Amino acid sequence: MITVENLTKSFAGRTGPVVALDGVSLEVQAGTVLGVVGPSGAGKSTLARCVALLERPDSGAIRVDGTDLVSLDGTALRAARRQIGVVPQGDSLLRQRTAAGNVALPLESAGVPGPQRRNRVAELLDLVGLTDKAGSYPDQLSGGQRQRIAVARALAAGPSVLLADEPTSALDPDTTGSVLTVLDRARAELGITVLVVTHDMAVVRRICDDVAVLEDGRVVEHGKVLDLVSDAASRTAASLLPAIDQNPLAESRFDRVADVVLVGFAAVGALLPEVTSRFGVELNLLGGGLTRLAETPVARFRVGLKGERADSALEWISEAGASVQRTLKGPQGVAA
Amino acid sequence: MRTATPWSTVFDMLVDATGETLYMVGVSTLVATVLGIPVGVWLQLTAPGGLKPRPLLHKALGFITDLGRSMPFVVLLIALTALTRLVLGSSIGTSAVIVPLSIGAVPFVGRLVQNILSEVHVAVVEAAVTTGASTLRIVRSVLLRESLPALINAIGVTVIAVLGYSAMAGIIGGGGLGDLAIREGYQRFNDRVLWATVAWLAVVTTVIQFGFTRAARVVDRRRHASV
Repeated sequence: MITVENLTKSFAGRTGPVVALDGVSLEVQAGTVLGVVGPSGAGKSTLARCVALLERPDSGAIRVDGTDLVSLDGTALRAARRQIGVVPQGDSLLRQRTAAGNVALPLESAGVPGPQRRNRVAELLDLVGLTDKAGSYPDQLSGGQRQRIAVARALAAGPSVLLADEPTSALDPDTTGSVLTVLDRARAELGITVLVVTHDMAVVRRICDDVAVLEDGRVVEHGKVLDLVSDAASRTAASLLPAIDQNPLAESRFDRVADVVLVGFAAVGALLPEVTSRFGVELNLLGGGLTRLAETPVARFRVGLKGERADSALEWISEAGASVQRTLKGPQGVAA
Repeated sequence: MRTATPWSTVFDMLVDATGETLYMVGVSTLVATVLGIPVGVWLQLTAPGGLKPRPLLHKALGFITDLGRSMPFVVLLIALTALTRLVLGSSIGTSAVIVPLSIGAVPFVGRLVQNILSEVHVAVVEAAVTTGASTLRIVRSVLLRESLPALINAIGVTVIAVLGYSAMAGIIGGGGLGDLAIREGYQRFNDRVLWATVAWLAVVTTVIQFGFTRAARVVDRRRHASV
């Protein structure tokens, strides 16, 4: 696991120091994936560079399995770097080396002897599904394939933490999927801890267990993705859940209108139909939709209820594990 | 010199002078490359944003390099006679030209190499840093290896620049093609020797350039179409 404690970093600007990181603390449990998101200028890149040990923070600690790596130098620093595999932002492969040669680079640095090195490279190429491209040069590979090779290279020295800095920023949605699949596979098969810095919510949607939202150099939200989406006020919910179109005319027909978030197969499949039979109310879906966060189906619907027991029905829904995010009254549409 | 020199004599002169030129230029370029690449690497490592930024050292080294490049070769040829005598025991002759020729080309190679190394993308270098590679390994496996095609081209450029400088070798009795054109051709009004030498120099230059361009392309792994 990796913990980031109270990291601060500022840079000299034209009108005095510019604070990039203002006391950032994060924790990623072993074998989980944390996505760090936030608008540009929030400090994501600086955080990634600090965790990659390319930039030294002004203060704070970066601990991998308990050991602080921030203050290391020389040989100790080089050894520490092998504990954190880095998928850097942008094209970072050696263009004069084959895919296999690129994956071998960290093993050469670590002094792994030839035959062992070749075995390890073969394993990693298999993991990222590019065994047949071993002898290809980066210019012969697509953007997504190059990025998967970069992931294989980052994993080569057997790090316990993988840091990916905007791994999908230069890719189209289809290729993004193949790179995310590889990251997810690394976690599943190697039990590696992954920290992915991204502006792309699709990354969070697809592979993240936890999410941290960075803003102006501070963590403004940090928690499990599935917990945060149930919280109406969270930014994570706002950006991950299906949008709801305003439709006042349709809403005016109902006694109660509410936004309901349902997490998991059981909730999404069964909860709303059961309400109808249990309370004898009429229940209609007015908006929203269904999405999937990693393997879990998640829905946000705006529902309209008609009937005497509408309030009890809503109460029951929230007791049954769904979160009723917002209850709007009927015809006037005033928030309750 | 009323009758034109027979072609067979011109041919013999060209053969001898070509031998001298290739010897001077070849050895000097080799020495300049061996000494110039470390200079270029050092310039790039100490540069702001380099792997081991040392701004003051970088500036000082850059200043010395540029001072060396600004020195006209004729001046260097004469100014270095003492050093040449110390190294070779004599300050005249074909071998004697090699000392000033090499020293004159080192800063030239140094700057070329630095410019080439600075073109290696930061992301590529940093990726190597994050693998825990030592500076020496990064210089060798990343900076120099990634730049190899450009470095080969730069050596080709250096060979031709040194070839140009070597025309002044006659001043200290170095001989060579330039000397042949100036002394036999120009000063003794032997037009046949003059123009034959000029034409031959054009051929030599073209062949050298072609060879280096070709070699650079052969080692380059970028943009190879076949998968």
